[in-house]
Amino acid sequence: MTATIEASGLRKRFGTTQALDGVDLYAEQGTVLGVLGPNGAGKTTAVRILATLLQPDSGSARIAGHDVVAEPQKVRESVGLTGQYASVDEDLTGTENLVMIGQLLNYSGAPARIRARELLAWFDLTEAADRPAKKYSGGMRRRLDLAASLVGRPSVIFLDEPTTGLDPAKREDMWDVVRNLVTEGSTVLLTTQYLEEADALADKITVIDHGRVIANDTADGLKKVIGGHRIKVRPTDPGDLGRLATLLTRIGTGEPEPTGRNTLTVPVADEAVLPVVVGSLADAGIGVTELSLHLPTLDEVFLTLTGKSTIEDEAEAA
Amino acid sequence: MSIITAADPTTTPTDLTARNDRPKIIKYLTHCVVLARRSLIKTLRTPEALVDVTVQPVIFLALFTYIFGGAIAHGSQTDYLQFLLPGILGQTIAMAGISLGANLNSDIEKGVFDRFRALPIGRSAPLVGSVMADIVRYLILVIITLGVGMIMGFRIHTSLGAAIGGVGLAVGFALCFVWVSVFIGMKARTSGAVTGLSMLIVMPLSFGSNVFVPTGTMPGWLQAFVKVNPLSHLVGAIRGLFTGGAWATDVAWTLGWMAALLLVFAPLAVRAYRKRV
Repeated sequence: MTATIEASGLRKRFGTTQALDGVDLYAEQGTVLGVLGPNGAGKTTAVRILATLLQPDSGSARIAGHDVVAEPQKVRESVGLTGQYASVDEDLTGTENLVMIGQLLNYSGAPARIRARELLAWFDLTEAADRPAKKYSGGMRRRLDLAASLVGRPSVIFLDEPTTGLDPAKREDMWDVVRNLVTEGSTVLLTTQYLEEADALADKITVIDHGRVIANDTADGLKKVIGGHRIKVRPTDPGDLGRLATLLTRIGTGEPEPTGRNTLTVPVADEAVLPVVVGSLADAGIGVTELSLHLPTLDEVFLTLTGKSTIEDEAEAA
Repeated sequence: MSIITAADPTTTPTDLTARNDRPKIIKYLTHCVVLARRSLIKTLRTPEALVDVTVQPVIFLALFTYIFGGAIAHGSQTDYLQFLLPGILGQTIAMAGISLGANLNSDIEKGVFDRFRALPIGRSAPLVGSVMADIVRYLILVIITLGVGMIMGFRIHTSLGAAIGGVGLAVGFALCFVWVSVFIGMKARTSGAVTGLSMLIVMPLSFGSNVFVPTGTMPGWLQAFVKVNPLSHLVGAIRGLFTGGAWATDVAWTLGWMAALLLVFAPLAVRAYRKRV
């Protein structure tokens, strides 16, 4: 396999902030690289460098075989970028936005219009095609923005937090789009704050924090380190917390930890454990107001990987 | 939303042949025109964005002719209109560029330019395209000012060719002067600040000039400023070309100023733009 995204030792400083402090990223053709990290970790800076919008202070990166600093125009020909905020032109209609991008990619009028119509249909925006983008809902704008980045059928696509602010149903739709792009051979770099999103889409996950890579693995590999699924239980009677802890210790793969008010969270082997928990709770006569199975949150990932929570970090910074 | 789950529809390759093989300069100019069309669509969709090239020159014309005209030209408002109209044309066309700097500033804040920068197009194409689109606004200004002026009694006493020359000079000057506003637009933090700063430059230029009154009526120190003021030369040239009298010196001065403004501020603006976005 050939490396489509290959960055090594990227550094970038803004004033006194070291946004990137030696980041390596690597993705093979036709795969999804998930870049996971909290706000301010340097994800957007990395994407902007790879998309040639920023120059690194040091380090190098090649996209589809072209150096981002030496051959930015070549890189731009192969890349589609969707930013954190939707950068469509609000005064233009959906069609006008996409036709304009097509023409800027050197399609003449008719082909640009054909491509615009296709993409609008694909993203379920045909009805809204002739409305100015400022009348679109947040989700529609996101879709138009993504469509705009796909006009030229780029072989490499950067999605900077594509689902932040979308409701869960819309998030699933966006995931399907990403999966389809990869099926067609595109390489996708996706930044996210959600381990669940990276787990659902990414072949490889690079976790970054404070401008440094702190982990780089497959989703499964990462889950081995940070633990896979967790079960979170809130007993109806806080007096049951002690008995609950004993029960969860027996079932889980680690020590139960208090998370939030009167709740305990314990890592478990897999999702098959859930019925066991339900049965044991019933047997022990412990009533619960909340019982859920989930992947570790970003904060829990960081707690495991760095021994520090992202929330503590923010408190330190403040 | 089942549609989304389908694959990217495939167009037949012949439908979508990008004309990448054309010469670079042709591609660049095409991109500028595409981006100019974007600016035009935006302008025409927000008619209030045309106030400064439609309502404003008319208000200035009426205000000065009917309120101050009698006093300035010793009773003859018609005579004063002959003197005033070329001045108003010069003043308002210089001011018309201010909104471009402000618009570009807010475009950058909104992130629209990120999209352009991620595309394989010339770095300066979005700026040049926006400036090209502004020509349409200048032409609207010329037509409105001359049209309303003629209804009020203004007459061109020279030839059609000279009048067209005057209009061309005014539009050309605006195209060079607008780079000052674009430069400020790249440097200022908010679009409101762009307007404020630009007015600070345009106001002394338009009142410290021969726009409203003949230079001879001013004190000597002010005359010194008026005589180098680019707006005075532009207005002097338009007056000569519209109503008769010498214009060659003023045209030469104006062309010199245009070259200087373009050579200094266009590169400065493009450089500030590259740093900004």
